Amino acid sequence: MNTTVDTAEPVVPSPETGSEPRNYLNAAYGLRSWLLTRDHKRIAILYLISVTAFFALGSFFALLIRLELLTPEGDLVSPDTYNRLFTMHGIVMVFFFLIPGIPAVLGNFLVPLMIGAKDLAFPRINLASWYIYCLGGLFTLWSIVHGGVDTGWTFYTPFSTHYSNTYVISAALGIFITGFSSIFTGLNFIVTIHRMRAPGMTWFRLPLFIWSHYATSLIIVLGTPVIAITILLVAAEKLLHLGIFDPALGGDPVLFQHLFWFYSHPAVYIMILPSMGVISELVAAFARKPVFGYKVVAFASIGIAVLGFLVWGHHMFVAGESVYVATVFSVLSMLVAIPSAVKVFNWTFTLYQGSISLQTPMLYALGFIGLFTLGGLTGVMLATLGLDVHVHDTYFIVAHFHYIMVGGTIMGYLGGLHYWWPKISGKLYPAFLSRLSALLVFVGFNLTFFPQFILGYLGMPRRYWSYPPEFQVLNVLSTAGASILGVGYLLPLCYFIWSMRYGKNSGDNPWGAVGLEWDTSSPPPTENFLTTPVVTHGPYEYNPKEVHDRTSQPEARVG
Amino acid sequence: MASTTIDTHAPGAAHHPALQHHFDNMEQQKESATLGMWLFLVTEIMFFGGLFTAYVVYRHAFPGVFAAASHHLDVTLGGINTAVLICSSLTMALAIWSAQINRRKLIVFFLLATIALGSVFLGIKTVEYRDKFHHHLVPGTSFAPDDPHLQGVAGQQSQIFFALYFIMTGLHALHMIIGIGVLAVLAVLSWKGRYDAHYHNPLECSGLYWHFVDIVWIFLFPLLYLIGAHAR
Repeated sequence: MNTTVDTAEPVVPSPETGSEPRNYLNAAYGLRSWLLTRDHKRIAILYLISVTAFFALGSFFALLIRLELLTPEGDLVSPDTYNRLFTMHGIVMVFFFLIPGIPAVLGNFLVPLMIGAKDLAFPRINLASWYIYCLGGLFTLWSIVHGGVDTGWTFYTPFSTHYSNTYVISAALGIFITGFSSIFTGLNFIVTIHRMRAPGMTWFRLPLFIWSHYATSLIIVLGTPVIAITILLVAAEKLLHLGIFDPALGGDPVLFQHLFWFYSHPAVYIMILPSMGVISELVAAFARKPVFGYKVVAFASIGIAVLGFLVWGHHMFVAGESVYVATVFSVLSMLVAIPSAVKVFNWTFTLYQGSISLQTPMLYALGFIGLFTLGGLTGVMLATLGLDVHVHDTYFIVAHFHYIMVGGTIMGYLGGLHYWWPKISGKLYPAFLSRLSALLVFVGFNLTFFPQFILGYLGMPRRYWSYPPEFQVLNVLSTAGASILGVGYLLPLCYFIWSMRYGKNSGDNPWGAVGLEWDTSSPPPTENFLTTPVVTHGPYEYNPKEVHDRTSQPEARVG
Repeated sequence: MASTTIDTHAPGAAHHPALQHHFDNMEQQKESATLGMWLFLVTEIMFFGGLFTAYVVYRHAFPGVFAAASHHLDVTLGGINTAVLICSSLTMALAIWSAQINRRKLIVFFLLATIALGSVFLGIKTVEYRDKFHHHLVPGTSFAPDDPHLQGVAGQQSQIFFALYFIMTGLHALHMIIGIGVLAVLAVLSWKGRYDAHYHNPLECSGLYWHFVDIVWIFLFPLLYLIGAHAR
C-alpha cells in the first residue's frame, strides 16, 4: 500500500547487524534525552508516567472514601478530612487523569502515526505542555500536602471564595496552569490533523480515533480558556474580596456556576470522546470488519462536541434556573443521546457477523459498550427535570457519572493501552493475566457503582461521611467492589512494567490489524516512517474483497 | 504495492535553513504555524469571553452604577491610548510589509516603533492606574470612592465594575507586555537578517497576535470608558 517518498533527511534502515533495530526507545539513552525530547512518542511516555502517578493518588483518596463509608458511623476520618478526601479525589482524577489521560498519552503517541506524519505540528509546544502539566500538578500537590481543599472539585462560590479556609488558591492555580497544557495538546492536534496528513490521507480515510480526537480538541480549545478565567476570578475573589461572586456585595454566585459548567460539562466529552475513538479502533480490529457507518460515527463525534456546549444548564436545575431555561437545557441534554446512541448501535452492528476474537483489548471494548450504555441512559433520566430534582445531589448522580468516567473513559484508556502496548513497547504482556484484569475491572466496577444507583434512588446524599444504618449493606457491596476494582487496576501496572523487561517481542503487528500505525515497525523509529506513506484506502480494510481491489489498483493519490 | 516516487519539495525550492525536520516543505510549515496562531487567538477570545460575559451580566444588573463608575475613568487618556494602539497596529503591518519588500533595516525600524508605541500605551496605563490608587478606586479593603453616587450599596456594586476594569485591562496589559517581549526578540532576529521576502512567517504570526490585542482594547475602551458619557 505504501509508496516511497524521498524524505528531507534520508534514513538508512538499520540492517540486521545483530543489534536491535533502531527505534524511538533506543535512539538515545539518559534522562536528558527524555526530559528534552521533542518526539511525540517519548512525550506520550512522559505523560503516561505522570498520569499514572496521579491516577494512583486519586485512587488512594477513593480508597479512603470507600473505607470510611464501610460503616454508617463516621469513624475512620473526621468530617473535615472526608470533605477534603472527596474534593482531592475529584480534582486529581478529573483534571490530572481523566482529561489528559487518553489524548495526552494515546493521542500523543498515535495521532501522528495514524495520519502518517513525522511528528505533531509543534513538537516544542508539545513538550512544554508536559512541563506545564507537571507545574500545575505541583501546585495541586502543594495544596494536598498542606491539608487539601474541602470545596468539592466544583469550587462552588461563595463557599470556595469566602468560607473555606483551605488551600483553594493554590489548587485553583494548579488547575489554571494545567488548563494550558491541555490547550496546547488540543491546538497541536487540530493543526496536525489539518496540515500534517500523509499524501492520500483524506478526511474520510482518517481513523475514527482521529475524528474523535479532533472533536475533543475542538472542545479543549473552545472550553478550557473559560475555566481558566473562571478559576482565576475565584482566586482573585478569594485573595482580594472583589465581590464578583459574592452575593453580599452584589455579585452572583450562579454566574460562577454558569461559567464553571460551560467548561466542565463539555469536559465530560473531553473525557469520553477519545475513549469512543479507541473503542471504534478496537471493535473494528477484533471483529475484523470495517466500522459500520463510518461517516455517521465520525460526524457523531463532531455532533457530541457541538451539542456538548449547549447543555451546561442541566447542572443547575435546582440552582434557581427559570423553568423555561431549564426546559431548553433538558431537551438539548437529551439530544446528546442521539449521536451517542449512533455510536453504540454502529459498534454493535460492526460486531454483527464479525469474526470476533476475545483478546484483552476487545474485552475492555465490550465492557465499555455495556457500561457506557448504562451511564448514558441514566444520563437521559437525569436530563428529565422531575427526576433530576428527586435524585439531585444523591449517589444516583455519583453512580451515573462514574459509569461514564470510569466505565467509559478508563475502560477505553485501558483497552487502548492493551491494544497499542505492543506498538508502544514492542513487547507482549501475559494473555491470561490481562484477560483476568479486564474481567476484574468489569466485575469490580459494577459491584462498586451499581449499588450506588440504588442508594441514590433511596435518597442517600453524596458528600456525607456518615449515613443511616439501613444503607450499610449496599455500601459494603460498593466498598467490596472497589477493592476488586483496585486489584484490576494494579494488575496491568505490574505486567506492563514486567513486560518491558521480560515480555516476548511482539513483532510489528501482533493483532494483524490494519491502520497506518501498524505499517511501521513496533516500536516505531523516531521519525515514525522510514519513508513517507502514501495512503490509498480507508482505515478499516478488513474486508478481503476490498483488500484485493486496492492491491490490484495501486493508484496513489497525493494531496 | 505500488512504488511511485514523489518529490515533496517543490522543484527548484532549496532546503530552507528555517525548515523544521518534521515538515515536508516551507509551505506546510507556514500554513501550520498560521493555523496554530489563529487557533490560539480563538482560545484568547474564549478567555476574554468569560470576562465579557461577567461584564454583560453585571452591567445588565446594575446599569446606573456602572455608568456612574465609568465616569471615574479618564476618557482623554483612554482615547489617546486607543489612538496609540491603532498606530502601533499600523507600524506592525508596515514591519511585515518591509519584510515583503526585503528591507531589513526598515523591518527593525517599524518593529522598534511598534514596541515604542506599545510602551507609550503601558506608560499611560500606569498613570491611569496610579490615579485610581490615589482616589481609592482599587477594589479590596482600601476601596472608598468619594463620589456621592457611589456610596453604600451602589459603592459595593461599583467595586465589581472596578474589579472588572482592573482584571480586563490588567490582562490586556499583560498581553501587551508579552507582545513587546516577542517583538523585541523578532527585532534582534530581523537585525541579524533572519527574515526576508521569502521567509517572514514569525513576523506575520506575531502581527496577528498584536492586532488581536489591539482589537481587545477596541472593545474594552467603549465598554469601560464610554458608558457613562450619556448618563449624567
